[in-house]
Amino acid sequence: MGTMSIVAKPIELDADGHLANRNDWNEDLARDIAAQEGITELTPQHWAVINFMRKVFEKEGDAPSIRRLTKESGVDTKTLYQLFPKGPAKRAAKIAGLPKPKGCI
Amino acid sequence: MRQMLILGGGTAGTIMANKLAAALDERDWRITVVDGTEEHYYQPGFLFVPFGIYRMREIVKPRRQYLPGRIKFILSGIERIDAARKSVTLASGEALRYDCLIVATGADIHPEQIDGMLDEEWGRSKFDFYTPKGADRLAQFLKSWQGGKLVLSIAEMPIKCPVAPLEFLFLADAYFTERGMRDKVDLHLVTPLSGAFTKPTSSKVLGEFLERKGITVTPDFDLGRVDSKEKKLVAWDETEVSYDVLVSIPPNMGDPCIARSEMGNELNFVPTNKETLKADGLEDVFVLGDASNLPSSKAGSVAHFQSEILFQNILEHIEGRPASAHFDGHANCFIESGFGKGLLIDFNYETEPLPGEFPLPGIGPFKLLEESPINHYGKMMFRWVYWNLLLRGMELPIEAEMSMAGKRAR
Repeated sequence: MGTMSIVAKPIELDADGHLANRNDWNEDLARDIAAQEGITELTPQHWAVINFMRKVFEKEGDAPSIRRLTKESGVDTKTLYQLFPKGPAKRAAKIAGLPKPKGCI
Repeated sequence: MRQMLILGGGTAGTIMANKLAAALDERDWRITVVDGTEEHYYQPGFLFVPFGIYRMREIVKPRRQYLPGRIKFILSGIERIDAARKSVTLASGEALRYDCLIVATGADIHPEQIDGMLDEEWGRSKFDFYTPKGADRLAQFLKSWQGGKLVLSIAEMPIKCPVAPLEFLFLADAYFTERGMRDKVDLHLVTPLSGAFTKPTSSKVLGEFLERKGITVTPDFDLGRVDSKEKKLVAWDETEVSYDVLVSIPPNMGDPCIARSEMGNELNFVPTNKETLKADGLEDVFVLGDASNLPSSKAGSVAHFQSEILFQNILEHIEGRPASAHFDGHANCFIESGFGKGLLIDFNYETEPLPGEFPLPGIGPFKLLEESPINHYGKMMFRWVYWNLLLRGMELPIEAEMSMAGKRAR
């Protein structure tokens, strides 16, 4: 009987294109997702936001809104949009390996 | 005597007061409702005021008229809730002790949250229709408007009645068509959402409606500020949309007393268990309607469905039993589409609005996600249902729990 080593495990995504399993996430994968989103480098400020989002999600089961990011992550709204152009809440959640914020229906 | 205290005498608070008045023994329980104003507005009616379909006086009644005789009504603002001491301090300084508290303080618009929104142009070229004054002013303005670019802007979610902005545009399309000036009016929707609505199937259907009616959509627009001089909206990423007339849906926030009580999130909504409606981490406190942070729509139908769940849970709670009723996020919304027609959507936390038929004994079926005159009649008839059945806590022929009957899943 032989063995087989899996080279690259395909990563499952949800309907919104976010990670389907939060456990698949790691920092390298975050860099890959960021690159796909057109963010070539993740600076310490990016990481501060990403880590804050993961912390909130861990505790509350939903990613924080932009309003809350501004209030509690220490990064102001204007900067958030520079770090994560076109919708920081959605984008940062995607890079952080979290589902799209529920926001509301 | 035990004290049941209800903060807010709007849709949610009034329904609950009526249900509890009929169920709690008068010898055991005193029920008190606190609200800062005497007037109860039929809020779904605000949408029709700018177009002269309803006048404001047709959609307002005295709050007290809808509260049963045994309810004590206190006309007062609320300073602070002290959940640790089970007490509420009123604006007058008077303190009310409670054994069970229902927070039904609702949500309001906050134009001051957007840079440049509240200035001398507010009420002249920038309007809202979520307040009696705003809707009235807009009605006056539209009567003599000669045309131009009308932009409806949603600042951020969540908002009360998430379909109202679409309905406003559909009704505007009909209004200007009927006045023979549709060709002089540009209608735009500027929204932070990625499409017309939040969920894929309905977003597509409603997006097609907007397109067919010649209404332009600018999606993914996160409003940063308003430049009244240049008459333009500026997003946080510096993209811009110009307007001649702005109809704004400013950020919706919970009551300031929630912030003073330090029991709200960043929008002053109270973190609440989405199934039992019990306030997170607080004993003997429940939250009903728009005041909570639930991921359900902020709408009267939702407050109504929640009230049936909460009624059961409160009765169990005061008997010392665990809450057994679970809210499923059910919402049921008529969407006016203009020219005497409307759509209906019915959905919950898990099931997005789907096409099909909505059975209703004696009246229906209504059409789901499809335009038809019967849906319009349903919407117009609802004002009577609201005052005469819904607020009084009567049984309606529609279940709190969403049903799949008639719905066509993909």
